[in-house]
Amino acid sequence: MIMVHNTLLKRRLESLKKNWYKFSKNPVSVLGLFFVLAVSFVAIFAPYISPYPMHAGRYVNFVEASETPSLKHLCGTDVFGRDILSRIFFGFRYSLMMGAVVLSLVVVPGVVLGLVAGYYRGTWIDTVIMRVTDVFLAVPPLILALAICSVLTPSVFHAMMAVSLMWWPWYTRLVYGLSSSLRNEFFVQAAEVTGASRSHILFREILPNCVSSIFTKMSLDMGWVILIGSSLSFVGLGAQPPTPDLGTMVADGAKYLPDQWWIAIFPALAIMITVLGFNLIGDGFRDLFALEDI
Amino acid sequence: MTETLLSIENLHVQFKIYEGRLSVLNGIQMTVHTGERVGLVGEAGCGKTTSMKCVLKILPSPPGEITAGKILFHGRDILTMGTREMQHIRGSGISMIFQDPTAALNPVFTIGDQLTSVIKYGSRESLSKKEIYARAVGVLREVQLPDPERIFNNYPIQLSGGMRQRVSVAMALATEPELLIADEPTTSLDVTIQDQVLRLLNGLVEQHETSVIFITHSLGVVREMADWVYVMYAGNIIEGARKEELFANPLHPYTHGLMNALPKLTGGGIAEGIPGRIPEYINPPSGCRFHPRCPQAMKQCSESLPPVIHTSDDHDVACFQYGGEDYE
Amino acid sequence: MSSKLLGVDKLQKFFITSQGTVRAVDQVSFSIMEGETLGLVGESGSGKSTVAYTVVGLHSPTSGKITFEDRDISKSVSKRPKELKKSIQIVFQDPGTSLNSRRTIQQILELPLKVHHLGNSRDRKERVVELLERVELPADYMYKSPHSLGGGERQMVAIARALATGPKLIILDEPTSALDVSIQAKIINMLIKFQEEMNLSYLFITHDLSLMRNVATRVAIMYLGKICEVAETSEFFASPIHPYTKMLLSSIPVVSEEEEAMKPAKITSEGEIPSPVNVPPGCGFHTRCTVVAGGICSQEIPEMLEVEPGHFVRCHLYPSPLPVDSIAKE
Repeated sequence: MIMVHNTLLKRRLESLKKNWYKFSKNPVSVLGLFFVLAVSFVAIFAPYISPYPMHAGRYVNFVEASETPSLKHLCGTDVFGRDILSRIFFGFRYSLMMGAVVLSLVVVPGVVLGLVAGYYRGTWIDTVIMRVTDVFLAVPPLILALAICSVLTPSVFHAMMAVSLMWWPWYTRLVYGLSSSLRNEFFVQAAEVTGASRSHILFREILPNCVSSIFTKMSLDMGWVILIGSSLSFVGLGAQPPTPDLGTMVADGAKYLPDQWWIAIFPALAIMITVLGFNLIGDGFRDLFALEDI
Repeated sequence: MTETLLSIENLHVQFKIYEGRLSVLNGIQMTVHTGERVGLVGEAGCGKTTSMKCVLKILPSPPGEITAGKILFHGRDILTMGTREMQHIRGSGISMIFQDPTAALNPVFTIGDQLTSVIKYGSRESLSKKEIYARAVGVLREVQLPDPERIFNNYPIQLSGGMRQRVSVAMALATEPELLIADEPTTSLDVTIQDQVLRLLNGLVEQHETSVIFITHSLGVVREMADWVYVMYAGNIIEGARKEELFANPLHPYTHGLMNALPKLTGGGIAEGIPGRIPEYINPPSGCRFHPRCPQAMKQCSESLPPVIHTSDDHDVACFQYGGEDYE
Repeated sequence: MSSKLLGVDKLQKFFITSQGTVRAVDQVSFSIMEGETLGLVGESGSGKSTVAYTVVGLHSPTSGKITFEDRDISKSVSKRPKELKKSIQIVFQDPGTSLNSRRTIQQILELPLKVHHLGNSRDRKERVVELLERVELPADYMYKSPHSLGGGERQMVAIARALATGPKLIILDEPTSALDVSIQAKIINMLIKFQEEMNLSYLFITHDLSLMRNVATRVAIMYLGKICEVAETSEFFASPIHPYTKMLLSSIPVVSEEEEAMKPAKITSEGEIPSPVNVPPGCGFHTRCTVVAGGICSQEIPEMLEVEPGHFVRCHLYPSPLPVDSIAKE
């Protein structure tokens, strides 16, 4: 038994090493990975590594307000005297959470609908699914989010719901194209001839061949979702004060440009690094999932 | 008087991959004379297409790398040439036809567009628009395409496979090259169409006195097309002979095995193929790469690579059975 | 006396496309006995692959009947009983895409076993090892993915997959066309061995006539959706009758003088093969035929007639006193 596990482990390890080799062929992706890991680490351990964790909540200290960046406050303080660096650390939490929640809500239904529509291409199932998808795609995402958030009470939660609602069709579209062409490949037909069930064909034969595109899109989407979340906060429809959301911080700080530039610029840089990191990883994913020919 | 047009000398090519380096070409030698039709036969992966890509300098690099050797065209080493010089050679010096005509033709441009580009950029002299058009239609007519003026304005999708391959032949010959490299040009075609295209190629080649290197895995096709045949195995040229001589008297055990394994029209079942598999290029067998599968392997065969033995004017073979260490 | 395994009677399969109706298979009839190999030969547009896919159920017939062991199976695979899917299997032409590169060999070979509930997880693994040994591949290949295998090895896995459920009929659509000569030899000999051991029947499709000569018990040649000629193999090659058969045979490149001698006199073909969207009226071959019998060739479709015992031809040049509607009667 142990022998079996050894070889299984060895194979998994070899496969991991090889995957790293493929991913790291693109140094830019490695940089992206570094950014993402750094931001994630900071977000997870924010309460422990922020210099002033209480500043992330209700805190006021007008004595130390609007201080320029110094050794005491690396990114300076805002008009309420709160340490901006600490608020950025906590801000990462909201951004990452926004991205993670939206994607986890959106990917599964979007992909499943795309798989089914593609497999049944040409039938009424295809028509129904894709026309509904078209309707959702026709609405400009930010407008819909704005509309929903203004009707319901503005909050991070509602912002996430709004963004999720118009994000799923993109996955359906993506997977529909892949699924409808893969459907005619010989290996799918071989499975049909053998008598495999519909769900096996969709999830075990077709889906694994879509994974590369899905993951690449997910990594790029993280960036977009975070930006849209920040945009919603910027206009006041997402996180409400005193929540340290990066978008809100930029909005609040914008009034004080260019004199107290640090109040807006550092949060903006934080958004940029996060989004950039995810975008760069996307490229690496494509190489990672490519099959070697040799 | 035939002179040597192309001479490949001791060409070594490696490919770099995750697991290490693949030794794809292991020192090949080949000559093509003016007006000669040379067949290059070998199974998949033996390196025939790779070697021809080196001749045209279109080897993808990375991962490919020419680590040693020379390719002499009219006596000048192509491998040391600059881009400018090479562009002169491609087209009017050396031209190529690929296996899949659908992939070789750009689907969004008309045949005419593609043909005129080829003529414009590949010709030795500069030609006027009228001259280019005339030559394009002329060459389409030469490849026996019905109604060449209409075909000029067609898109590749409107033509059948056989017609597309004729267009590829037309494109390759439009620049009046001295050497034509045809990489499995008839493999994807139906048998009766293949017959037509082969006859066409033979006719044109004779007419223009072009030399041809004809790559194929089919011994039957090479018998119809070639004057001289080279047989390749795992990155080495293991036998080269005048066509009739090769079929009458195959010397190398691999060539023997290959001919035996062919299904015969006369029936009688198929002999067992050659035992074993094509070697891995990451760690190829030492010495003669065929020795692990060779029924006549000797001790020497695993120790050193057999040199090319000139058994007669019409027949070369790289096998220790015919000499080598203690030859003459 | 072997019994009839597969019967195909006046099968038609048409496809409606934007360019018109593709008459891919048009009134095709044949039968396959237990333990025999029927070879189907033809060029592009002949319909041979469509016949194969319709028999196996990937297409549903436009009209006509397919029977297997006397049961009517003229429907698509999703409507066929599950039992049947154990008995009829297919090996596809392209080893590159007939195996899912995202799955391991073990998963690929276990699928038919899982679908038909053949044993528990341990039994299945044993069977996979057994199947790999059968096709002379090392057992640890089961952990590999198809893309790390060569074309020949992938095809052997495809054959192992077809054998997994113990089928009676295997359809082989150009199984070795993409492979080298020495691998082809190995695979063909393996297929012949399996046929003897397991009393399998094969519907063997190829355009390589030299290969067909050594594999098939009977040969049928197709052109633009119709069968032109059927005969026992040695008879087919020794005395071909239909002009298309002779044209095809005379065009194949061979390697020896004896084979050259076997070929009929050279008939050079001119012109392209018509598209099955635009089948010429009357005998589909008349536009390229060098021995046209007369006006009738462009007007009437010739009947399939038994010209010699067991040798059927569809050509106006060969009327016969034994008109036969369908070879299925044999």
